[in-house]
Amino acid sequence: MTPLLTTKGLSRQFGGLRAVDGVDFALMPGEIRAVIGPNGAGKTTFVSLLSGRIRPSSGVVVFNGVDITGMPAYQRVRLGVAYTFQITSVFANLTVFDNVALPVQRTLTDGRTKGQVRTGVMAALERTGLADRAATLAAHLSYGHQRLLEVAMGLALKPRLLILDEPTQGLADSEIDNFITLVRGIAKDATVLLIEHNMPVVMGLADRITVFNSGKILAEGTPGEIRANTEVQDAYLGATHG
Amino acid sequence: MRDASPAKTYALHIVVIALLFALNFVLPDYHQGLFARIMALAVFAMGYNLLFGYVGLLSLGHAMFFSAGLYGAGLTVYHLGWGVPEAFLAGIVSGALLALAIGLLALRTSGVAFMIVTMMFAQVFYLLILYFAAWTGGDQGLVIQQASRAIAIGGVSLDLTNPTVRYMGALALFSVVLLITLAIVRSRFGRVLVAIRENEERTKMLGYDTVTSKLIAVITSGAICAASGAAYALLFGYVGSNFASIQYSILPLLWVLLGGAATTLGPLIGTLFMYYVTDITSGFTSAYLLIVGVALILLVLFAPKGIMGSIRERWLGWLP
Repeated sequence: MTPLLTTKGLSRQFGGLRAVDGVDFALMPGEIRAVIGPNGAGKTTFVSLLSGRIRPSSGVVVFNGVDITGMPAYQRVRLGVAYTFQITSVFANLTVFDNVALPVQRTLTDGRTKGQVRTGVMAALERTGLADRAATLAAHLSYGHQRLLEVAMGLALKPRLLILDEPTQGLADSEIDNFITLVRGIAKDATVLLIEHNMPVVMGLADRITVFNSGKILAEGTPGEIRANTEVQDAYLGATHG
Repeated sequence: MRDASPAKTYALHIVVIALLFALNFVLPDYHQGLFARIMALAVFAMGYNLLFGYVGLLSLGHAMFFSAGLYGAGLTVYHLGWGVPEAFLAGIVSGALLALAIGLLALRTSGVAFMIVTMMFAQVFYLLILYFAAWTGGDQGLVIQQASRAIAIGGVSLDLTNPTVRYMGALALFSVVLLITLAIVRSRFGRVLVAIRENEERTKMLGYDTVTSKLIAVITSGAICAASGAAYALLFGYVGSNFASIQYSILPLLWVLLGGAATTLGPLIGTLFMYYVTDITSGFTSAYLLIVGVALILLVLFAPKGIMGSIRERWLGWLP
């Protein structure tokens, strides 16, 4: 099977800091991949390079056989790379409906889906359990629901690759359980790349885990392998080691 | 925009147009003339509102688009002897082309820089009008003769200097532009424009080429403002450089703020309000600008969303 996404020697420097440093990475279609690592390890910079929010200093990103290294973010979205923000970034002054209508009408314009805007919006809202709040202003939603709306917007883009940047941050435990079920459902049609700090979520969801440290990949493997890896324990899970 | 039946929204706008039509037959002469002027200038405000209210781009140079239309129509009639329809089109095309050029340059900036850049371009435009006084009439301007301001349709000649014809001309333009703006803001494109205003970065990450969308908005706004200018030249027969001055860049901003930014009817209400406050107070005192200023301050303090914006917020959530 050919990977959905690969990077070769991907690097990004900020002044003297090598935030992402020569990363070779491959993501298989259909998998749920978690990216973990201590704060400042370069996780968010790495996924920003994939989504096109920032440009690499060097290296190559290939998505679905196409070199997208120099492609602006909006074109990557049209190819099927969706990114949900770490800091909730919904349109606060628009209704929940309009928030989701924006990605839905995009996929209609691109010819990737067919039908009415309303049908697509309601489908995404049903899936995230927000259907009864369609007419609410996004600003009036609880924080947990705003995170769900963010996911609904990502879903509505019908992505082939959905990048979730710390999606469970700030969620209550009860909300996290629902969230895990939701991501499992998404992974049936899309590949999911997840930055996450919450270890139970990572261990419960991910098929494979990539561990970042100082801008480089420290280790990669199944949750079991990562848990047993002493280098990872030193760098990141240190508290439980020895 | 909250969900409303399109029928209700369109009905409201049709009623407003019908009301303005009926006013032609009841208004005294003086007010009939004033209303024609207000409707023509409300088109200017609607064009400004499209960019400022919906996209959130604050331009301080829209006088150049208005006067591109004014001179585009006025000069072709005056020097080339063009007919009214051709001159009107020439005005709109001038405004659209100018907006394309300005948009390509000014959209490289945003926020305060966008205000300054548009203001500077408008100032250049104003000074060019004065510099080419041999053609433009400089600060004296040009008066377009009555004979040039008639449209022949079939065997009938419509004289734009006739008060009723002038009123209906202004109303026709106003109605078309009102319905166009309504259609734009209710469309998918309108939703993208509002999204850009609310959070441009997020809009990009939903797959939208926001720079191109903003350019289309600038051109549309420029063309509408130019239509207003062209109509003004042809209906009122005067083309002057004061319409290109900074004052005419600030006026549409005031009209839109008063009436309610990002509301379809706000520009009309704002223009109407401002004209009548000026008109009524200037009948009592020579210090009428002081009263206009106080009215503005009160509105900003107690109804910062403008007249229509406040009505939408408090009572009629479905207003577009």
